[in-house]
Parts: sequence; C-alpha cells; structure tokens
Amino acid sequence: MRVISFAQPGFMLAGAVIVTYLSAEVGFWAAAVLSVLAVSLLALGVERVAIRPMVGRPVFAIAIITLGLDVVIRVVANGFIGLDVRQVGDPWKLDTVSVLGVEVQQRYLAMFAAALLMVAALFLFFRYTRFGLAMRAASFDQEAALAQGVSVSGVFAVSWAMAGGLAAVAGIMFGAGTSIDQNIWIIALKALPAIILGGLDSLAGAVAGGLAIGLFESLVSSYQSDHLPWLGENFATVSPYVLMLAVLLLRPYGLFGTREVERV
Amino acid sequence: MTRPLLYTSYKQDTALLDTRAKRLSVLVLLVAAAFVPLQVADDLLQLLAVGMVASIGAIGLNIVSGYAGQISLGHAFFLAIGAYTGAALSGDPDGKVLGFGVDFLPVWVLASGLVAAVAGVIVAPLATRLRGLYLAVVTLGLVFLGAHILKEWDALSGGPGVGRPAAVPALFGIRLDEPGTFTKEQKMFWLMLVLLVVFAVLARNLVRSRVGRAFVAVRDRDLAASAIGIDVGRTKLLAFAVSSFYAGVAGSLLYTVAGYMDPESFGLAMSIQYIAMVQIGGIATISGSIMGAMALTLLPRLTRELPAVLPFISTDTQEFPNVYQVDTALYGVLIIAFLIFEPRGMYGLWNRQRAYWKAWPFSY
Repeated sequence: MRVISFAQPGFMLAGAVIVTYLSAEVGFWAAAVLSVLAVSLLALGVERVAIRPMVGRPVFAIAIITLGLDVVIRVVANGFIGLDVRQVGDPWKLDTVSVLGVEVQQRYLAMFAAALLMVAALFLFFRYTRFGLAMRAASFDQEAALAQGVSVSGVFAVSWAMAGGLAAVAGIMFGAGTSIDQNIWIIALKALPAIILGGLDSLAGAVAGGLAIGLFESLVSSYQSDHLPWLGENFATVSPYVLMLAVLLLRPYGLFGTREVERV
Repeated sequence: MTRPLLYTSYKQDTALLDTRAKRLSVLVLLVAAAFVPLQVADDLLQLLAVGMVASIGAIGLNIVSGYAGQISLGHAFFLAIGAYTGAALSGDPDGKVLGFGVDFLPVWVLASGLVAAVAGVIVAPLATRLRGLYLAVVTLGLVFLGAHILKEWDALSGGPGVGRPAAVPALFGIRLDEPGTFTKEQKMFWLMLVLLVVFAVLARNLVRSRVGRAFVAVRDRDLAASAIGIDVGRTKLLAFAVSSFYAGVAGSLLYTVAGYMDPESFGLAMSIQYIAMVQIGGIATISGSIMGAMALTLLPRLTRELPAVLPFISTDTQEFPNVYQVDTALYGVLIIAFLIFEPRGMYGLWNRQRAYWKAWPFSY
C-alpha cells in the first residue's frame, strides 16, 4: 500500500517480549509460534482500529499514525521488560558448531535459516498463490484491483498481520543467544535504511539491502577504530544511515526500487 | 458599511487579521499574556515559557511539513544544532566546554538560527531528489547521526549523561536568568512571549505571501506547481532553510529556562514530540502550532495529577504503569486519535465550534 510502517520496531519488540514470558512455561518453540500468532493478531487489530479509517488519506498521515502506534506499543512492551534484561530461552545459547572447519555459533545458523525460509516462503507466496497475486495487484493499483474483484481491505488486513508476524520472528531471532532490553528497538529501526536502500517496492531489494547494511555495519565495527578513529566509538551503530544517505544521493529510489514515473 | 466575510480585494483576503473579532481577541490575548507573570506561580511560568519556545520550533516544523509537505523526522537534529550553537557562542570561555562568551541575546539567537538554516540548506538537496517516505527515513537518519556527533564531541556537548550549561541570556548587560527586580521565570516568560510574537508574525506573513503560496502549491501537487512556474527545487530549499532557522532559534532558547542540557535529549523522541505538536495543533496553521506546542508542553503537568484520580498509575519510575510511560503513550494515542477523528487538529476543533456558534441558532 506504499506506506512505511514505523510501527515495525514496536511489533518486533512485542514479539520478543512475549517469547521471554512464554518460553519458561511452554518451551521455546511453542512460545515462538504463539508469539508470532499473537503479534499477527495485534497487527490485525491495529490495522482494523487505526489504519482502516485512514484509507484514501495521504500516505504521510498513515506514516505518522504508525509512528504514534510505535510509541504506544513500545511503551507497553518496555513496561513488561522493565529495567532488567530478559532471556528468550532459545535452545542454541552460545553453542558453536563446526562448518567446513570454521567455528560458527549455532544461533547465527538458525538466524540464517530462518531468514532464508522466510524469504523463500514470501517469494513463493507472492509469485504462485492467488492471494499473493491479489496483494501485488492491490499495491500496484487499488482501484483496478477492486474492479477485478480483489478485496483490497482484506489485502490490507492480511499484509498487516504478515508484517506483524515477520517482525515478531525478527524480534525472537534477534533475542536468541543474547538478551532483550529496552534498546533493541534501535536495532529494529535499522530495517528502515535496509528497505530504503533496497528500494521500497522490491522484496529482493529488501533482502539485498538488509545484507548490505548488515555487512557494512560489521565491516565498520571491525575496522573503523583502527583506520578512522576520529569518527568516534560506536560509529558502526549509525553507519547504516550513512550508507543509506550515500546510496540515495546516487540512486533516489534505492538499488532495486522502480523509478516513479509521473503521469499528468 | 462593511459586511463580514465579504471580500472585495486580495488585500482583504490575505489580511493578517481579517475580522474585527480576530483583531480584538488577539489584542486581549496579548495583554492578558503580558500580565500573566505577575499572577502565576514561578514553576508554571517556567513551563509556559518552555511552551512558547516549543511553539517557535513547532511553527518551524509546520512550515516544512505542514505548508511545504516535506515530512521531516529530523527536526530534533536542527534543534540540536541551534541549541549547541547558542550554548557555545554564549558559553563561558574558561569553562569545561566550548564557549566564546558572546552572551548578547540577539546575536546568539540569530547565529543559532542561521547555522541551523545552513544545515537545512545542505540537507535540502536530498529533499529535492527524494519524495515522501524516502525523505522521512533519510531525515530519521539525520537524527541518529546528530546524536552520534553530540555523543562523541565532548568538548562541545559535555558528553552523554554529563551535559553542559545552556545558552546564557543577557540583554545590555542584564542577565535574564538571574533574579533581580523580577524573578528569573518572569523575565524569561516576557522574553519568550516577545520572541514568540515576533516569530509567529513573521511566519504568518511568510505563509500568506507569494512564497507561502508556492509552498502550498508544491505540497498539493509538485508537477502542477512547476507547470505554473514555481521552481520546485528552490521552493523546497527555502522551506527547509526557513524551517531549520526556526528550529535553530527554538533550540537555542529551549534549555535557557532550565539552564542545563544533556545531548541525549535531542533524540528521535524529540522529533516525534514536535510532529505530535504539529499534528495535534493543526497542520498548516500557525495558531495551531502554538496550541499544539502549548498543549503538549503542559501535558506532563496534567498527567502528574493522574495518580490521584487513577490509583493504579504509579509515580515511581520502577513500576508499571508509571506517569512517565503514560506521558509517552499519550503522545502516540493523541496522534492516532486526532488523525482519525479530527485531522485538522485543535485548530479544526476550534474552527468547528466557531462555525457552530456563528450560525447559531440555525446550526446543524
């Protein structure tokens, strides 16, 4: 629907927090599934209450409303985190496994697998299912999609639920092996430079952007203190934004975004 | 013989205060405001003074986002530039942090505005290339970059958690932040009132002029605007420059009342706060910006009273839910509620009341 949801960090935080509460009761896997479902439901409810009335209004208004939503969700989620750090209770901890002679932490493999699985599933969903096609149609032209019998409101609802669920997965995976505190939403915000870098309307772009941002940040955090110390400590945390600025100056629609052509 | 709402010339149509009722009510409001410091307690005066500074900042954001339609999440960045320019210029030259000892108020207020405006001009080329949400995320990046610079540049900001003294307000050798014949809060209130009136009138004049109409044209349809001969790039640049100037001025004054500032306060939360002010007050109205800024500055004061009414809300930061969380959540809730129910904000509420009573008793 050509809207950036600034509520994504909030959903991510919510997903992670729910797991920290449930995993002690029902185990990590069940907790993860329940948390994804719960956040999807939350996103669905949010869409119904706050986003649906905004249909037909400028995208700015919707973006600002998601900003407001993010603030509210985050306050509540942070309230449940409190001042202490919470454990996700994942099965990987900090165990390592040897892959082709390189010691790799299991949790990184799990994150990689989860990302691969999600991207593959999304790709297949958008490419081969009727509803995926309907979603692409609605994003392309709402009126034309309506005329072809696509339920645009249904599409919005499902896309919000999916976005919430995916954010929850991201939150859980981020918490794996480490702990969760009130600052992880800053990590979640880095998803924004990632999608902007890749181009707003491209799934492949989102993956490429995410990888580029992650790689760039790791490189900066490893080498910057030796080679460019004047940039200051922890420059790596803001480096995604620098990369985004640089790329956008050269390519205003991101790496894979379609250039908007205005018809008068 | 004049009839209300009958305009026979453009001059009438674009008049600053177009009806007698407006002229009278503004006069009454100003006179009342001038006497407020003699009646109201100092702690409330301080809050009102901060509210008036925030109003200047909100007017700035409203010019770029409300009038020119460029959503900026980077307002905190420009406020920070103003705040630290003002503080460094007027600061103690022998202090622990950077200071040049120029404490004559008009000098550092204007300098802060100009430095922030230059930063706005540097950022603006991005705005001319980017549209809509791309711009929002880029300006979000600015806030994080600004926060990083402030955190690292200890010599200027004092470092996170330590902070530095804010700008020193002095006029012709009289320090306004020290008690004299009048208390510090009274003097600051009058100072901010004068500045707010000056900047509000300037902004009102800008937006009713050719430039302001160009802003609105670019916001509503930039292609159409360029077709009628508006240079879209230059207009966006100007909007960013003016908005950043206002942000710089507001930033330099924001902490003079409290006297101390911490680099960590200029974060994303501050940008969201200003967006909330503009949204809640009324998009593309100057009076709305002032209403919104005042309302949101006074909001924490009201929520402090909540625990007495709703006993489950705690005043202890360790507990949940506490008043500080309620504060933050209220911003979000207010943004959502206003966007859904009254997108024109408090100005819209007022407008509807006025229309109702104007037509009374035949209002529908």
